[in-house]
Amino acid sequence: MVVQALAFYLFAAVTVACGVMVITARNPVHAVLFLILAFFNAAGLFVLQGAEFLAMILVIVYVGAVAVLFLFVVMMLDVNFAELRAGFAKYLPIGAVISLILLVELVLLGAGWAFNSETAVIASSPTPPAADVHNTEALGMLLYTKYVYLFQGAGMILLVAMVGAIVLTHRVRAGVKRQRIGDQVARSSKDEVKVVKVQTGSGI
Amino acid sequence: MWEIGLAHYLTVAAILFTLGLMGIFLNRKNVIVILMSIELMLLAVNINLVSFSTFLNDLVGQIFAIFVLTVAAAEAAIGLAILVVYYRNRASIAVDDINAMKG
Repeated sequence: MVVQALAFYLFAAVTVACGVMVITARNPVHAVLFLILAFFNAAGLFVLQGAEFLAMILVIVYVGAVAVLFLFVVMMLDVNFAELRAGFAKYLPIGAVISLILLVELVLLGAGWAFNSETAVIASSPTPPAADVHNTEALGMLLYTKYVYLFQGAGMILLVAMVGAIVLTHRVRAGVKRQRIGDQVARSSKDEVKVVKVQTGSGI
Repeated sequence: MWEIGLAHYLTVAAILFTLGLMGIFLNRKNVIVILMSIELMLLAVNINLVSFSTFLNDLVGQIFAIFVLTVAAAEAAIGLAILVVYYRNRASIAVDDINAMKG
C-alpha cells in the first residue's frame, strides 16, 4: 500500500511539474519534451489504476505520434518564439485568478465526492475480476461487441482527419520533374529502338 | 495519506486541467503552446474518466477514454496541418495575425 502511494505521489508530482513547465517554458521544443514526460507519468498513473491498455495506448499514440508531430512542427516553422511571449506577464494575474478559482471549485467537488451505496449496482459494464481476464481482453470484449459502431465511428474520424491533414498540407509545385509511369509504359520498342548496321573499323 | 482514493486522482486531474487553462491565458499569442495546453486538458479529462472507471468498477469509462484519445489525436493532426498551411501563407503563427476572416 505504501509503495503504491509513493508511486502515485511520484507520478502525480512529476506530471504536475511537467504541466507547469509546458506552459511556462521559453523554448517550445522544451515545452514539447516536458509534454512527453507528462504523458509518460500519466501513463504511470493509469497503470496504478489498473488501466494498462490505456497506459500503453497513451504512450504509443501521444508520445509516439502526437508529441512527435508537435516537435516536428515546432522545429519546421521558423518563428521567433520570444516575440510570441510578449503578453506573458500581462495576462499572468487574470489567468492566475481564474485558474485558482477553477482549481478550488474542482478540488472541492472532487474531494467531497462520495458514492451512493447503489452505484455499484447500476454499472452498465462491470469490470470483470482481474484474475479472470486482463484489462486489454476485457476492453476488447466490450469494444468489439457493445461499442462496435462507436469504434467504427472513431475509425472514420481518424480517416477523415488523415485525409484532411493531407489535403490541407499537400501542394502542387510547378517545375518539378516527376516520373510519369503512364508515359513510360506506353512507349513501344518500335519507336525507340533502332537497329544500325555498323561498318567494321568505323564508328557510327 | 497512504490510502490513495478517488479524491487524489481527481485532484491531480483538476490541477492538470487548470494548468491547461492557465496555459491558454499565458500564451495568448502562441498557437502551438495553446494546442499543447488543450492536450494537457484532454489528458486531465482522461485521468478523470479512468479514475471513475476504476473506482466505480465500470469499464465504460475506459472505453470512453479511448474515444477521447482518438478525437484528441485527430484534433492535433488537423490543428497542426492548419497551422502549417497558415504559416506558409502568412509567415507567422501569432494569434493576433489570424484575422483574415474579419471575425
